[in-house]
Amino acid sequence: MINRRSLAAGILAAPALARAEIVTLPFGNGERPLVRYPGKRPLIRLTTRPPQLETPFAVFDEGPITPADAFFVRYHLAGAPPLVDPETFRLQVGGLVETQLSLTLDELKRLPAVELAAVNQCSGNSRGFSTPRVGGGQAGDGLMGSARWTGVPLKAVLARAGVKAGAVQVKFAGLDKPVVAGPPAFAKALDIDHAQDGEVMLAWAMNGRPLPVLNGYPLRLIVPGWYGTYWVKHLSEIAVLDRPLDNFWMSTAYRVPDNDCHCVEPGTAPAKTVPISHLDVRSFITNLSTGAKLPAGRPALLRGIAFDGGAGIAKVEISSDGGTAWTEANLGPDLGRCAFRPWTTRLRLPAGAYGLKVRATSRSGETQPAEPRWNSAGYMRNVIETVWVEAI
Amino acid sequence: MRAAIAALAASLATAFALGTFAAPQRYEAPPETARLAPGEGSEVAQAHCLMCHSADYITTQPHGLANPTAFWTAEVAKMRKAYGAQITDEESAKIVAYLVAAYGK
Repeated sequence: MINRRSLAAGILAAPALARAEIVTLPFGNGERPLVRYPGKRPLIRLTTRPPQLETPFAVFDEGPITPADAFFVRYHLAGAPPLVDPETFRLQVGGLVETQLSLTLDELKRLPAVELAAVNQCSGNSRGFSTPRVGGGQAGDGLMGSARWTGVPLKAVLARAGVKAGAVQVKFAGLDKPVVAGPPAFAKALDIDHAQDGEVMLAWAMNGRPLPVLNGYPLRLIVPGWYGTYWVKHLSEIAVLDRPLDNFWMSTAYRVPDNDCHCVEPGTAPAKTVPISHLDVRSFITNLSTGAKLPAGRPALLRGIAFDGGAGIAKVEISSDGGTAWTEANLGPDLGRCAFRPWTTRLRLPAGAYGLKVRATSRSGETQPAEPRWNSAGYMRNVIETVWVEAI
Repeated sequence: MRAAIAALAASLATAFALGTFAAPQRYEAPPETARLAPGEGSEVAQAHCLMCHSADYITTQPHGLANPTAFWTAEVAKMRKAYGAQITDEESAKIVAYLVAAYGK
């Protein structure tokens, strides 16, 4: 039943696999092979089928735009990536609309295009750090990336179809399907107002080039400020609904505790849950990792990234005394309120050992907690990160 | 090989610049190398679990859990209930026992 060749279509043939280099993510059972996939540089392979590939953290120090060949990959169903012929590909738009549409890629590209830089982050990014540990993809911090997406606003496509009165949500499905009967087909939904906010878009390009096969070629949904679960890859079906979508991926999976912190006492279950939505605010030091040595008494450069769920970053602060005193870093170019915001600062540290902490605050006043929040799915981790260094 | 890749990349760039999309190309995923650990019941896990996902979905799960039996029971139950895995109660018990013995430490 499973015919890999018939399921898969791509850009480049993979070179023969040499003995894989092993990287160790900094938590128990964290050994993973570095593997090169078609169209990708060597990435940290979390799982093979369906593929989940993590971006090596050093990539985030290359700049605020994550290269497409280093961008993380995450699928749910084994029939991935699907075969897509751009000539026969059609985007179906239906449901509660005046006119059903079946659009070719060229028809989509004839609509006025927009470009937007935005972070795509997996809901379970950093899950491997959850304490107590939880089941699921055991990832470090590399299931995130910020790219320039080119496409057409979803609003324009919906306007062309004509949304009828009574619309409540819009459903999105892609071409990746289960390989056997049983697993629920992947589909997600957004509320109608969100879908028509002019910002949610259908993208065919990433950083100025066609989407890599493993990131959704030829078309994916971009939901700026929201977790990656909504960014449906190989997008082929849009349906306007008169009621909320009730399927496994909305009603059971990708849900978080229904409270302000989306967290519960570690090891406990929440009373009520809601679908995951906006990214919470995070920041990272990218040019130093734990174990780094700095010259004592001399200014050392610190650099990194910060992002949030679309308000934009107001400030990034650094602490070298365990979180008592904070000094503000310099924010770099603003590529958009949903993109990685680069930051830099210089620190002069006397000889000694330090836990360097970084904390971002969004323009809506949201900031990062000193202690990690916990939920049973390992979603939305955004604790203040600490890098342990020595000044000598 | 390298030249072919470069040529292909160039043709993709050209196709994109011209506003068209490249025809689908051959795609070969790297080989699946992860294997389940040997042990009693491994053939049952092999037959039922690896139909839909590779062994590394299992082998990368956390070790040293406080209650590995509860963890693996919940995982197998999720595969049956949410993902529609066709597993009988008897097979399920064998799979859980295998997973706890092989990956519960």
